Amino acid sequence: MSKKTHVSLTLNGEATEFLCEPRQTLLEVLRDELDLTGSKEGCATGDCGACSVLLDGHVVCACLVLAVETDARSVTTIEGLADGDKLHPLQTAFLEHAALQCGICTPGFLVAAKALLDRNPDPSEYEVRYELAGNLCRCTGYDKIVRAVLAAAATMRDAAPRVRTGTTGT
Amino acid sequence: MHEIQYSAPSSVAEAVGLLAASEVVRVLGGGTDLLIQLRAGTSQARHLIDVKRIAELDVLAFDATHGLRIGAAVACHRLAADPVVRATYPGLVEATTLIGSTQIQSRATIAGNLCNGSPAADTTPALIALGAVCELAGPNGRREIPAESFVLAPGRTALAPGELLVAIRVPPPAAKSADCYQRFIPRNEMDIAVVGVGAAITLNGERCTAARVVLGAVGPTPLLASEAAQALVGTTLDDAALARAAEAAMHAARPISDMRAPAAYRREITGVLTRRVVAEAARRARGRA
Repeated sequence: MSKKTHVSLTLNGEATEFLCEPRQTLLEVLRDELDLTGSKEGCATGDCGACSVLLDGHVVCACLVLAVETDARSVTTIEGLADGDKLHPLQTAFLEHAALQCGICTPGFLVAAKALLDRNPDPSEYEVRYELAGNLCRCTGYDKIVRAVLAAAATMRDAAPRVRTGTTGT
Repeated sequence: MHEIQYSAPSSVAEAVGLLAASEVVRVLGGGTDLLIQLRAGTSQARHLIDVKRIAELDVLAFDATHGLRIGAAVACHRLAADPVVRATYPGLVEATTLIGSTQIQSRATIAGNLCNGSPAADTTPALIALGAVCELAGPNGRREIPAESFVLAPGRTALAPGELLVAIRVPPPAAKSADCYQRFIPRNEMDIAVVGVGAAITLNGERCTAARVVLGAVGPTPLLASEAAQALVGTTLDDAALARAAEAAMHAARPISDMRAPAAYRREITGVLTRRVVAEAARRARGRA
């Protein structure tokens, strides 16, 4: 066994450290060493998006990132979406719209959708389909997923603090 | 995956030293090709040099005098996210955004697309059309080569042992010039080009004064189709000129038949795309100062 490398990163908002071999992918370390099994391995070739995580805010396939590359970086996994017991609006919308069947693609879709809405709070249906094209649903339940993302976007826009234009406060 | 050693140097000199020290070494950029090759056992690399911590390779900068500098570690998404790059080099951005999914765009680099040496690489014809130059650093110092001389054969590049691609430099566009890139695939998104064509067109009034036409996926490397460009220069880019350029591009193409398309089909599409891409680049050039 080759020498293990020490990695320090911010994982789901918390300073985290782990030891890994250089050949281990981020997905392997998340699932096998850190017990964060929400990220799924579908294809292990970057095609299916089931292992989507955020790396410094950008959505990536954790199967195509070496764990050692994440030193001093920030990683957000599906486990980092909810705020304690309070689900992320995307998670709530997926439940309300029954936007999952077998569920294996769901964590990846949620993370990729979060990346999309962080950048574009008001996407068109086309933009949602285009941006999520790197996430495959083997049950082919895409329509409900797209509707759920659009609904979550609307909820999040409604909840976002508005810039006040008037002069009178409340 | 077999055991590997990983290094993340912080300078070009350090990276070149590491590259020169071993024969089973590979540069790790976005890793979207390399990690798959390592897992499949098709790459024998034992030592990966991650170049993403080298500040010089992380630069994406444009100015009107020097043009665009794309550091070798710059990922695809950064080009599309830059409004100046989008407006100045629309063809290059078209080629860049065609590569893979959002997830792949976050990681894959323009330099990696070039270094991978695929005949079907999307950004390579776009870069060659723009007259891009590759800046290399090696044990014997630095040198520059034009992008059209970089890919030698499928998977083989002009990089000498121990050499590193540091940056790709794209000249500032001449007055009244513009670029375009299109590819043909049998589905909507996320596929490998059956044919790709890049072009850059410069006008003086209505007359074409300079042209570059580059063909992808119809030869062992992207092909700079000089005869197609010659058919355009001096014309007003009327239908007859576009037809002659398309004919010349079809003649220059050296396609093979494979699972994606038969050679004759590729040749036909080469003509169609050449006409479309030149016409679109010309339309854009007419709209520019």
